Amino acid sequence: MPRNPEPREQPKARDRRGRPKGRAVDPQALAEIRTLLEDAPRNRDSLIEHLHQIQDQYGYLSAKHLVALAAELGLATTEVYEVATFYHHFDVIKEGQTPPPPLTIRVCDSISCELAGAEALITALDKAPGSGARIQRVPCVGRCAEAPVAIVGQNPVDHATADGVQELVKSGATQASTPPAIRYDRYRAEGGYALLRNVHAAAATGASGSDAGTDLSGERIMTVLEDSKLRGLGGAGFPTGRKWRILRDQPGPRLMAINIDEGEPGTFKDRHFLETDPHRFIEGMLIAAEVVDVAEIYIYLRDEYAGIRALLEQELDALRADPPCPLRPFHLRRGAGAYICGEESAMIESLEGKRGMPRLRPPYVAEVGLFGHPTLEHNMETLYWVRDLLERGPDWFASQGRNGRSGLRAFSVSGRVRKPGVHLAPAGISLRELIDEFCDGMLEGHTLYGYFPGGASGGILPASLADLPLDFDTLQPHGCFIGSAAIIVLSQHDSARQAALNAMRFFQHESCGQCTPCREGTAKAARLMQATTWDQPLLEDLCTVMTDASICGLGQAAPNPLQCVMKYFPRELTDGQHG
Amino acid sequence: MASMADSPTIAFTLDGEAMTAFRGETLLGAAKRHGVAIPQLCAKDGLRPDGNCRACVVEIEGERVLAPSCCRQPSEGMVAHSSNERARKSQRLVVELLKADMPDTAHNLQNELDDWANFLQVGKSRFPAREQPAADISHPAIAVNLDACIRCTRCLRACREEQVNGVIGYARRGDEASIVFDLEDPLGTSSCVGCGECVQACPTGALMPAGGVGLEAPQRSVDSVCPYCGVGCQLTYHVRDNRILHVSGRDGPANQGRLCVKGRYGFDYVHNRGRLTVPLIRRDDAPKRAELGLDPDNPYADFREATWEEAMACAAGGLKTIRDTHGADALAGFGSAKGSNEEAYLFQKLVRTGFGTNNVDHCTRLCHASSVVALLEMIGSGAVSNPVRDAVHADVIFIIGSNTTVNHPVAATFLKNEVGKGKTLIVLDPRRTPIAEHATHYLQFKPDTDVALLNALMHAVIEQGLVDQAFVDSRTSGYAELAEHLKPYTPEKMAPICGIDAATIREVARIYAGAAASIIFWGMGISQHVHGTDNSRALISLALMSGQIGRPGTGLHPLRGQNNVQGASDVGLIPMVFPDYQRVDDPEIRARFEKLWGQALDPNPGLTVVEIMHAVTAADPARRIRGMYIMGENPAMSDPNLNHARAALSKLEHLVVQDIFMTETAWYADVILPASAFPEKTGSFTNTDRRVQLGRQALATPGQARQDLEIIIDMARRLGLDWRYQGPPDVFSEMRQAMPSIAGISWERLEEQGSVTYPCESEADPGQPVIFIDDFPTADGRAHFVPAPFTNADELPDDAYPWVLITGRLLEHWHTGSMTRRASVLDRIEPDPVAMLHPDDLSRLGARIGEPIQLSSRRGSITAFAGADPGLQPGQVFLPFCYHEAAANLLTNAALDPAAKIPEFKFCALQVAAA
Repeated sequence: MPRNPEPREQPKARDRRGRPKGRAVDPQALAEIRTLLEDAPRNRDSLIEHLHQIQDQYGYLSAKHLVALAAELGLATTEVYEVATFYHHFDVIKEGQTPPPPLTIRVCDSISCELAGAEALITALDKAPGSGARIQRVPCVGRCAEAPVAIVGQNPVDHATADGVQELVKSGATQASTPPAIRYDRYRAEGGYALLRNVHAAAATGASGSDAGTDLSGERIMTVLEDSKLRGLGGAGFPTGRKWRILRDQPGPRLMAINIDEGEPGTFKDRHFLETDPHRFIEGMLIAAEVVDVAEIYIYLRDEYAGIRALLEQELDALRADPPCPLRPFHLRRGAGAYICGEESAMIESLEGKRGMPRLRPPYVAEVGLFGHPTLEHNMETLYWVRDLLERGPDWFASQGRNGRSGLRAFSVSGRVRKPGVHLAPAGISLRELIDEFCDGMLEGHTLYGYFPGGASGGILPASLADLPLDFDTLQPHGCFIGSAAIIVLSQHDSARQAALNAMRFFQHESCGQCTPCREGTAKAARLMQATTWDQPLLEDLCTVMTDASICGLGQAAPNPLQCVMKYFPRELTDGQHG
Repeated sequence: MASMADSPTIAFTLDGEAMTAFRGETLLGAAKRHGVAIPQLCAKDGLRPDGNCRACVVEIEGERVLAPSCCRQPSEGMVAHSSNERARKSQRLVVELLKADMPDTAHNLQNELDDWANFLQVGKSRFPAREQPAADISHPAIAVNLDACIRCTRCLRACREEQVNGVIGYARRGDEASIVFDLEDPLGTSSCVGCGECVQACPTGALMPAGGVGLEAPQRSVDSVCPYCGVGCQLTYHVRDNRILHVSGRDGPANQGRLCVKGRYGFDYVHNRGRLTVPLIRRDDAPKRAELGLDPDNPYADFREATWEEAMACAAGGLKTIRDTHGADALAGFGSAKGSNEEAYLFQKLVRTGFGTNNVDHCTRLCHASSVVALLEMIGSGAVSNPVRDAVHADVIFIIGSNTTVNHPVAATFLKNEVGKGKTLIVLDPRRTPIAEHATHYLQFKPDTDVALLNALMHAVIEQGLVDQAFVDSRTSGYAELAEHLKPYTPEKMAPICGIDAATIREVARIYAGAAASIIFWGMGISQHVHGTDNSRALISLALMSGQIGRPGTGLHPLRGQNNVQGASDVGLIPMVFPDYQRVDDPEIRARFEKLWGQALDPNPGLTVVEIMHAVTAADPARRIRGMYIMGENPAMSDPNLNHARAALSKLEHLVVQDIFMTETAWYADVILPASAFPEKTGSFTNTDRRVQLGRQALATPGQARQDLEIIIDMARRLGLDWRYQGPPDVFSEMRQAMPSIAGISWERLEEQGSVTYPCESEADPGQPVIFIDDFPTADGRAHFVPAPFTNADELPDDAYPWVLITGRLLEHWHTGSMTRRASVLDRIEPDPVAMLHPDDLSRLGARIGEPIQLSSRRGSITAFAGADPGLQPGQVFLPFCYHEAAANLLTNAALDPAAKIPEFKFCALQVAAA
């Protein structure tokens, strides 16, 4: 039992004489906060946006600014503090603590980057002569195909080297560049938003016809979605058409929440689509809003995607400035460094300005979601396909697929392949086919050893199972799932055990801390997995309680890689060998 | 929440047994009702279920993962398993995971985690332990040992959702997540108000009473009520070796298990070494002096010890001599709102029959006398119309002149709960106090302008057509005169006077009068003015014209101050009325009491508190008061203009003081009788809601101290009365004969139910929490409007005394501090007299926070420490009256409200200078 540190002693009551209990609001800090927020709404749900503003302006969140912000929003100081300390992109600095340097270099240490030498990069950067910047390990930043990755300020560096990073620091290139996407004018010029206009007209008039003569009623659109068998592409795979139908039957006002908190290690497909054709997603989103008749739309974008945020802000402004038809109100909200906010109900909590702690279900977010209203929540990619499905027809999508499966999947492939990246491939394709046909095979000198089929939480399969069809529902019998279709390929040079430990540390870091099995389980598992010899019966027990009794998917899936190591890679546990 | 009114209808199966659940009931609750125990840690009755610990998970057939039984409700036909292998495995592992992080040394005797580990037969944990956090013993009342924390957040929900104090948070995430106070500050420097609800909620001893008392096993637990304010919280004393170890909240109708810092941690005054334990008689060589010379280090210098026989002979003999020489009116008595109903009843009966005068009063005169006068005059009853918790039925809660979170902390929690449900809270107060933080509408009007503001509100109600004409026509009289009177009080004209703009006045009027149900609460900000009765009249008129009375969720609730000020008033501890507010100058009533008490009674109303003090120094010897019997009151601290009051006390020929401490008043006594503290006696007490509740004896009196009731009876016998009461139940049964309002309450019923609300006219009557439903208890059954003109305070600021002094209370200290300054925890939290000023005023004066400043009025001068309170308006000074070392009442003005004779504690002119 470790010894407890020295207790915090009783203060002299006379130190407080004349002061009310607790922290007083510093008038200057309050004035600064008011200046900064200008006429921004003082609602609770804006809290995280306000914290971003302070962090951006001052480089950190000082105690007196937090107290002033709490006063300004009419919140208890602890409500602001507990939110600020939940999200890793906020630096809370109390009296006597040193504020961070102006520049932070974030280095991804998740699986793909670790495979590509993140540790060596971090060591080199730590040793490099003082640029004054802070070197911070961070979980997956969604650039796994370009591993290892560092982010200098907000500027991502692909295939990062210590020298390359230092170069950027010296030149002050710390801003993200805006991706070369199809912009609003071009998208419209090429026929974009005509569909939305027609859907809107059909909805507004109640007529089913359109100027093109096709039926664009909500009913038909939902049927198209159902016929296409499009499922939610965030990972859970709920049938899209059915979701819209459920929501349409809920009492108004209904809201819509778009999840672009892409954070599953190995996943970068949403980034890919947004960086290339953002309006295809936006049009899909607005069509969904028409069909389901939602009152307002909230888009939740992970904070790591600074370039995309700039792009989306510009494009949404362009859309607002010249709308193809009356638009439903939408809001772009910024995440703050919390993987758990990719969980649908945690994201809703975060949109409400709270700690991103998943809610217990029932009730489901379709019934009681954002601000207590029925909420249509979608992964961004799901909506990206709506326009294509309506224009090309459901069969175009449904007829694709392989090995008895149907549809298209955007695979995020990283690891030991020659051509990593987002590969649009038939659903049901096997890993071997994917590597051979889309990735130009394995890297020179690497042979297939195993793979993560669905990011860190999807488990690890051995090379012997490389011919399974990759799709929803096909991997569960093997203790895995496809999730967001993030494939990380391991070779004979890699250790499944090490990869599983990396994954467990990630879950420990990202657990919201709400329920016992996940909070205690991820931490204790990560410790037990560092032992030379694993206590497998104890780890098995731990996996059971995490899977069976955690509140949300994070805790339930966190044991997958660990269990797969015990199941598929037992040699690594007995003789320390692999490959 | 489960609605238990219906019968359980949802059929489900648990562990193979067919069960039924109520609609809204959880699986855990239904299982418990059927005798099935399921482990639970984060779930606790009274707190919102959170489902985070996962100790209560069950397998529900057809579901992929286990479900928390504390949050899931059974559905028809559900088949669930709480004790099969799968469910038990997860339950055990949850407990084993948490046990891994428990400290070697426990902080309490009964740890719920250990209990469930035993139940599940979980032994030593196989998991590695965490790094343990440091203990936090920075708070005088609460020890924080997070090494025993299982992060179930029961404390957080207790703090934020139950008490709505917002101190406890849950910071960071994953295994780094932690319970924190404010910005992770030490509890002792945080905004914690010490209510201890978190301690009561903690399952593992991570939060405990300070000083390790949780590791001592109590020998007895005695159910009683709180001795401090009028809310009437029920509590339990945990006692060992005739000492109170700690106090827990009990599920009473007024508090639902909640307490505040005074009730939970302010109990050790009873064990203070300053307790009076021997009768004392003034030494012959120690003549009385006008200026208070009480030396805390040598308080008994002017006294000698005596036997009870000698002391009682001296006490009674002195009073008897004055009565027989100068007549009954040369005597007066102050009873106490801290004593029981039985004590108060006997005290007033002693003064009326033993002394032969109506010169009997108590501190109600100093707190709500004006409210009571206005209520009696207009609606025929001096008590509240609806209980505090009726706010649950209200849409709008209107609080004026009440620092509710400080003076009625537990009542405030229920009001804050309603705001949390989205209800409207309108707070009107010249000083922005903590309840304003919860308000949807806060009106910081200028001090002394209550009537201007209230008349403008009424004008706006009429102007906007929101008068409840049907109610006015059928239930009231005098409306036309009122409407005429209100004509000039337009919002525009009143705005510059009261400092609230006309639009806001109109909006608030519309919200209050237009709501389906609005309830008004008020405190001493309304009553303690020379126009206190007019303030109350205006409030009552507002409620009447809006029809916001006589229904659930409406009405008038003057929040009563002392734990038994309602009861003491009810039983006639006031000079103009017998028990149940029956006037002494009504011959018919008097005849009834003469019959009951068996002797002729004084037909003239007696003098009030401040009048009695003036009569002591009356120039006319025929009208002079020469002898007094004061039980448990401290006018040498609580009266206005103390230099005069103290001089008067020193001039008394004979003063008998009955108390538990050497109070400032006792220092002026001829005889001091050591009496019983609250936990040392049994009696009934009536709270602000008209609930009659039972306080039960938990401790023996110390030394030779005697029960107050015994002392009063002894005194009566020595004054020639043949009293043979055997104890409180005897007295209570006589009270029932004198008071129709409690005729239905028997002592046995009190013992059984613990709380019965009056009016309760027969034993079959369940008690009437909401009154005036059909009529008002006036001669014609109607309420009577009484117009209130706007007038100013008696002493307005001028060039010589440019500041305004507002006096009041602190959360930690009760009234004159005689109990709480001697309660170690409370005095450690607030040890020093602090005068609060607006921060800008402090800088203007060149005064620094925590440094001494000099406050002077035309009547006296004191030195206190300067404090900053941005809730005050510039030019105002707030000073609590509990500090003898800086007695606020040396400064206050003894000017009285003409109708109620209440002094103007809330307003006098002041001079302030850096000391």
